[in-house]
Amino acid sequence: MKISAFWVVVVAIFVGGLVLTEVVDNEYYFTALYVILQATIMAIAWNILGGFTGYVNFGSAAFFAVGAYTSIALNKSLGLPLPLLIAAAAIVCGLIGLGVGYLTLRLKGVYFAIATLAMAIVFETLITNWAYVGGARGAYILTPETFLWFKSYIQMVFIVMLMLALTAVAISRMLNSSRIGRGLAAIRDDEVAAECAGVPTLRLKLISTTVMGALMGVAGAPYPFFVTFVDPVSAFNLFIAVNAIAMPMIGGTAHWLGPVIGALLVGTTQEIITVNVSSELNILLVGIMLVLFITLAPQGIVGLWLKYWRRRKK
Amino acid sequence: MSEVVLQVNNLSKRFGGFTALRNVELHVGAGERLGLIGPNGSGKTTMINCISGALFNDEGTITFEGRDITRMPPHQRANLGIARSFQIPKPFRSMTVLENLRVPLEYAAHARTSRRRIMDEAMEVLELIGLKDRANQNSAGLTQVDMRKLELARALAAKPRLLVSDEAMAGLSSSEVDEILEILFALNKRGVAVIMIEHIMRAVMRFSERVLVLDAGEKIAEGTPKEIVHNPDVERAYLGE
Repeated sequence: MKISAFWVVVVAIFVGGLVLTEVVDNEYYFTALYVILQATIMAIAWNILGGFTGYVNFGSAAFFAVGAYTSIALNKSLGLPLPLLIAAAAIVCGLIGLGVGYLTLRLKGVYFAIATLAMAIVFETLITNWAYVGGARGAYILTPETFLWFKSYIQMVFIVMLMLALTAVAISRMLNSSRIGRGLAAIRDDEVAAECAGVPTLRLKLISTTVMGALMGVAGAPYPFFVTFVDPVSAFNLFIAVNAIAMPMIGGTAHWLGPVIGALLVGTTQEIITVNVSSELNILLVGIMLVLFITLAPQGIVGLWLKYWRRRKK
Repeated sequence: MSEVVLQVNNLSKRFGGFTALRNVELHVGAGERLGLIGPNGSGKTTMINCISGALFNDEGTITFEGRDITRMPPHQRANLGIARSFQIPKPFRSMTVLENLRVPLEYAAHARTSRRRIMDEAMEVLELIGLKDRANQNSAGLTQVDMRKLELARALAAKPRLLVSDEAMAGLSSSEVDEILEILFALNKRGVAVIMIEHIMRAVMRFSERVLVLDAGEKIAEGTPKEIVHNPDVERAYLGE
């Protein structure tokens, strides 16, 4: 029953997105929705390693940039279309996730977080010095001139992102409620005890970093087509990276719904404030929300809701 | 004597220049109850870390049911049938008591059946341990004695042939110690061999069929509880000259 309800909602949201492209002409709304959806995928990706597995890290967003640059490189060299670029970014970033995971996962806690931060800087340096994709000057992407049946280019990119986001939600939910998900939760709670309960911790952690990397890459692959100009500074943007951490923390990290709720809430608030107040203020807002949630509700919105629900049941 | 489940030969473990264990021999028969005692720092916990795979020994071999497991990672040993409980309880805090058991059932015991059957099996274990009415409570909120029981329940859910119980009774009241002892006896009746590490002599002496004494990383005595109590070496290790 519950499974079918989930898929009904997924399909309904997708159809809702299609209807929106027919009804709304103002391109701003699709730009804003694109940004929110991108943040949603990144929040989900971060949460698979940081939330489900408990390996809090600052480097995940580098995979977003690597995904974007995979897109640029393959578009330039082979002229691949967007769907193939997304698949390629998923594979490249998944493999890098696996490799980096293998190197860093023997570290724990703060040490792991710092190692991932270092890894992000290494990637940024590499790309800044890679002339083929523009180096520090950045790279332009020519957007296609036809955009299927959509009224504008941005509508098409929005629908692509909507599909990716829904896929990411489905993957995250599947992972969360599976045997693997329970293994990951056991690792998060106590890795030694998990291992002694028969959980192959290294293998599961590598699955976790691979899926995280692939999803981050998927979020990044369409990015050059969205902004049409990418340079290392914008792709490795700290704000994007902080959002990917803040959103799951605010939404709740233990449940698959957490990062989704966090991303929708924070992302929407940010857009509203950017437009109506100032774009500087929204950075402050994320900071304040993060501090409030970490001190007052460390389990996030989902955690608060579960607490309330359990109390009511009693 | 029946077949040997666990055979440890010439086990040595060093930490830097400190030798925690030196040439220790240990064996456990199927369904046997072995007590492992020794003063603080004598190497008991290092010993069981080597048996469960949390640490790799430097020298010597460990064989479980005829298979060499000396270099096997802990989760594979758990799959083969070695379970352990921890001195300081390590529950999966985000899960309920019942869900805690689901992890070893699904992984170590390979129960790839329906959720329904896994939950039934978990309930069975909880019933045996006496945690049935705590099943849906969050494991982080348990009392000390219930946490110890959960440790044993989780170990049991892995369907072991050998259970290593690391100070499951430390800090418990006398009646609570008896409760845990009853559980261990019940497990043993189901054919599980048990290595009990304990400081509470009353419990060790009552439980063990055979006792092995470690001191400063070496085995200084082995025998029935009665023999051990009257062994002058053991007295010296505990009380000094």
